[in-house]
Amino acid sequence: MGSHAMFSQMVTLRRSALVVLALVASASSAFAQFEIVGSWAARNTEDISRDSYPVDYVGLPLNDEGRTRALAYNESQLAMIERQCEGWPQFYFVQGPFGLRIWSEDDPIKGSAISYTIGGWEDRAPMVIWMDGRPEPSTYAEHTRGGFTTGKWEGNTLVARTTHMKAGFLRKNGAPSSDQATMTSRFFRHGDIMTVLVVIEDPIYLAEPHIITKSFQLSAAPISPVGPPCVSTFEGRPLDESVPHFVPEKNPFVDELTKKFGLPRDVVLGRRETMYPEYRKTIKDTFVTQPACTRNCGPVPNR
Amino acid sequence: MRRRSLIALFAVAIALPVAVHAQGRGGAAAPPPTARASAPIDLTGYWVAVVNEDWRYRMVTPAKGDYGGVPITKEALQIVNAWDPAADEKAGEECKSYGAAAVMRLPARVHITWQDDTTLKVDVDAGTQTRLFRFAPAAAPTVPPTWQGDSTAQWERGGGRGGPPAGGSLTVLTKNMRAGYLRKNGVPYSANATVTEYFDLSPSPGGQMLVVTTVVDDPRYLLQPLIVSSHFKKEADGSKWDPTPCSARW
Repeated sequence: MGSHAMFSQMVTLRRSALVVLALVASASSAFAQFEIVGSWAARNTEDISRDSYPVDYVGLPLNDEGRTRALAYNESQLAMIERQCEGWPQFYFVQGPFGLRIWSEDDPIKGSAISYTIGGWEDRAPMVIWMDGRPEPSTYAEHTRGGFTTGKWEGNTLVARTTHMKAGFLRKNGAPSSDQATMTSRFFRHGDIMTVLVVIEDPIYLAEPHIITKSFQLSAAPISPVGPPCVSTFEGRPLDESVPHFVPEKNPFVDELTKKFGLPRDVVLGRRETMYPEYRKTIKDTFVTQPACTRNCGPVPNR
Repeated sequence: MRRRSLIALFAVAIALPVAVHAQGRGGAAAPPPTARASAPIDLTGYWVAVVNEDWRYRMVTPAKGDYGGVPITKEALQIVNAWDPAADEKAGEECKSYGAAAVMRLPARVHITWQDDTTLKVDVDAGTQTRLFRFAPAAAPTVPPTWQGDSTAQWERGGGRGGPPAGGSLTVLTKNMRAGYLRKNGVPYSANATVTEYFDLSPSPGGQMLVVTTVVDDPRYLLQPLIVSSHFKKEADGSKWDPTPCSARW
């Protein structure tokens, strides 16, 4: 056999081997592929970010520092250019009432996703989940409102980790998050339902990780991202004025939820022990159910 | 040589997925593995609900008439406004808010074990309820309906875009329930409601988490399916297990 013929055979064999590898790969990847691209509607049948009450930290595991910082917040800070966008961190994609529009940028050769993008909504910046194995930025890299997110597949679950976010809010009423906060998001899809589990860790303001789960439903109608993300603008407050705030111990709104719903102060102030079943024993004999609801009791039925 | 090599390569291509997904082919037909043996995830153990969402609807009894977030019908609204816990007590129906449509949303601890190779048992300490998730072919419905209904279960096996098969989740469909309450204050679901649940596991800082996504379909009392997701942390043991009876008021 001549050298040319041998070379030809080798090339053919290599090509065949590539075909074989492709067959094997497709056999395993087709086993249960999970597509997250599309429009996902929020049904909002469970908690969404509560910003109606100035002091409502219910369900947040704040530590003492976080609680003090939260109680010092005054909503007049929103008139300050440098603080206007604090209320729309990346966490807001599961806290707000909006649906998700997700798309991917795919490698034209490999067909794999380079990134997924969860479109922004009003003031929240888009989240780009980098799937191409790039590393997180260095510790000292710039922090942005949207942060930096990398992702990977673990079985049929997409896992995304967000770092490098600016300090902002855990809840729009001023419950704080620091620039050291990180967010790990897991996307579970079951048919037309997608549940997102978000775990926020913040060594500065949280006593334990803050956990959020929210479910979305696949929508036939496209959900268009609405932007641009929050842009600061002058709202009449001179730059040299002081920061509007309350003295934490004298926040005038601290009893508002207690009066309205009978919630104990420890609950309102976001103490972590209030999130576990055994806490009910401590309030069973003192909790008083409120009078019957007469307005804003729920969505008005149309049939 | 070339021909033999190609044949060998294609033989590998064809045989490998089969070998991975259906081992034992070629010999005597082995019985299919039981649900327990083939479980892609391990749900067993003690789990505690982390109640940081819908706190005032779950941890305490909400005010009568407050059904915030639940897309009820006008007929359901009449029931909401007529809620009378004393009447429920008198009728021996203190467990109406502990049925399958609501039980995973309770402030509770959950203990999951295998009752046998095809039945996953879920005990809930609040209200001392027991659910049975049956992987075997569905039996005839329980007569009469019960608070926890009849649940059939199925594993979903993981894959992932471009990744090897790994992990998975549990899907449970529950029917044949007694009519009950989605919330303690009388927000109703009917006897015709069905509950679809998805159980997913996740590692978490310092342990493991269970996420249960619950979809309640009830055309009579709900304008659209009620979708809620509840999360639990795994506990090392049952030292905080605290069975309590059903209560119509607390």
